[in-house]
Amino acid sequence: MSTSSARIWLLHAAVLLALLLAQPLLPEYHYVNVARILVLACYAVGYNVLLGYTGLMSLGHAMFFALGMYGAGLPVYYHGVGALPALALGVAASALGAALFGLIALRTRGVAFLIVTMMFGQAFHLTLLHFNVYTLGDQGFILSETIRTLDVAGAAFDLADSRVKYNAALGVFSVCLLASLLLVRSPVGRVLVAIRENEDRTRLLGYNTYLARLLALTVSGTIAGAAGATYALLFSYVGASFASILHSIYPLLWTLLGGAGTTLGPLLGTGLMFYLEIYARDLTTAYLVVVGAVLLVLVLWAPRGILGTLRDRKARWLP
Amino acid sequence: MSLGPHLLLALLEGLVGACVLALTALGLALVFGVMRIVNVAHGEFFMLGAVIAAACAGLVGDPPWLAFGCALLVAPLAVAAVATAADWAVLRRVRYDPESTIVATIGLLYIVQQSVLVLHGPDARAVPAPFYVRLDLGWFGYNGYKLMVAGAAVTLLLAVWLGLGRTRLGLYMRATQQDREMATALGVPVRRVYATVFALGAALAAVAGVLVVPIQQAHYLMGLDPLLLSFIVVIVGGLGSLKGAVIAAFVIGVSDGFVSVLFSPTLAKILATLLVAMVLVVRPRGLFGTSEA
Repeated sequence: MSTSSARIWLLHAAVLLALLLAQPLLPEYHYVNVARILVLACYAVGYNVLLGYTGLMSLGHAMFFALGMYGAGLPVYYHGVGALPALALGVAASALGAALFGLIALRTRGVAFLIVTMMFGQAFHLTLLHFNVYTLGDQGFILSETIRTLDVAGAAFDLADSRVKYNAALGVFSVCLLASLLLVRSPVGRVLVAIRENEDRTRLLGYNTYLARLLALTVSGTIAGAAGATYALLFSYVGASFASILHSIYPLLWTLLGGAGTTLGPLLGTGLMFYLEIYARDLTTAYLVVVGAVLLVLVLWAPRGILGTLRDRKARWLP
Repeated sequence: MSLGPHLLLALLEGLVGACVLALTALGLALVFGVMRIVNVAHGEFFMLGAVIAAACAGLVGDPPWLAFGCALLVAPLAVAAVATAADWAVLRRVRYDPESTIVATIGLLYIVQQSVLVLHGPDARAVPAPFYVRLDLGWFGYNGYKLMVAGAAVTLLLAVWLGLGRTRLGLYMRATQQDREMATALGVPVRRVYATVFALGAALAAVAGVLVVPIQQAHYLMGLDPLLLSFIVVIVGGLGSLKGAVIAAFVIGVSDGFVSVLFSPTLAKILATLLVAMVLVVRPRGLFGTSEA
């Protein structure tokens, strides 16, 4: 157990270190791309807590991403709040939103839960558009450059610099990834996995499964919100399109591609799809067909995704 | 203008919308009821119906009623064919597992939507109504075609209801819905029933799309709204309950019409979702749901 535990921590440390040390090797052009991938991978990591480890599929996670994005973006836009307090506000908004949403939505289970998540996600998107006067939803807005400096312990970093973007994104991603790893390896995480495998039996054993699912949804929504807030601050754009159904389906796709229920799967899936989409965009305007095709391929031939399949075949110890 | 005409207009718009919604949602509820799967691509079948109607109008041209008749014939058949192909190529292979089916139908959604984008283009297309009659209601004139839409939708709803109650296929469907294994044991060709139900659900959505296109417009992204409303309807009505779906469709459709006419269509959708939240708090299984799905 302890050797496998050491191996797991070593693997994650190695992945994060590799991302940190890859900087001199990467061409300038890829800095922003990889930063974007890292932030979006956070979103997928959050999604994976719910889908991969609790067995709950959501089609409305863009709601939490957008809550984080607007929770961070609106205070900056209207009141000129600094980057770190804005990040905290975004995370708080999404945590609150996810907990409240869970209280209602978790009263349903199975496919009804899925439909309810999609419905609420879409309603949230429409709400952002409806209150356009305040949210500037349909056009989106750009955070002005002046407030986009990050003050950490007296040192000021310019968030417009791609190198800073990269490292900030990596920092947030590391926190999210390690948080999810800690959660799934904790006793609570074991309960979540037990719910995924058999909820009735878990309840029979005396666990309050409603609370556990609520916790999972809240953590998942909060991580998604942290990703949204980071995205707003690093890429300085806030818009309602990030609340659309497509942005709820993306984390599902990334997680499934990399392997649901593997801690590193979301990163792998996000990275692969990101570059696949860039490639497809050059070929056709209907590049979203790639999304559909990959989903179908996964369902038919690789339901466990890349790392899930690898775990089944080779490395049983992968968390 | 006083409030009276506004209310009458809202009621009429609401009823017409409710009839179309009932038709679309019935397709979704039928598929869920019998097969226990959620078809996320249902809205795309609706959109395909509308786009095929636009294509028919482009090909046949004059007279509009002939093009409309062609669309009414071709669209359900073509969409049912697409649905059957999807059932055969994908759904059957994942053994109708609920989660896999959802992922697969999301995939299908994007493939259908993006194919239409390539073939039909990104523009919305208007389609002429098969006839134009102006009904004079004193305060305002109302498009007679809209009332025909409502009539056709109600007729189809009755036809499905009769079909379920009186035909052998309907009996098979109800048997499969109640107990799939028992139905298999008693010689019901469950696999064929599944394929038929999936095609039928898709065809219902396609007909709704054809009916609605002279009122709205055909566009490759138009599938999302009917999908969302159908979802709201089946959750409020209770997953798997056909009666619940139809009743909920009328409640949601008419209130949607009222709020849309008096305030805004976006607000109507938001309010409908809040209604769902209330229903879930009070009665998680929906108004007419028998067991937790």
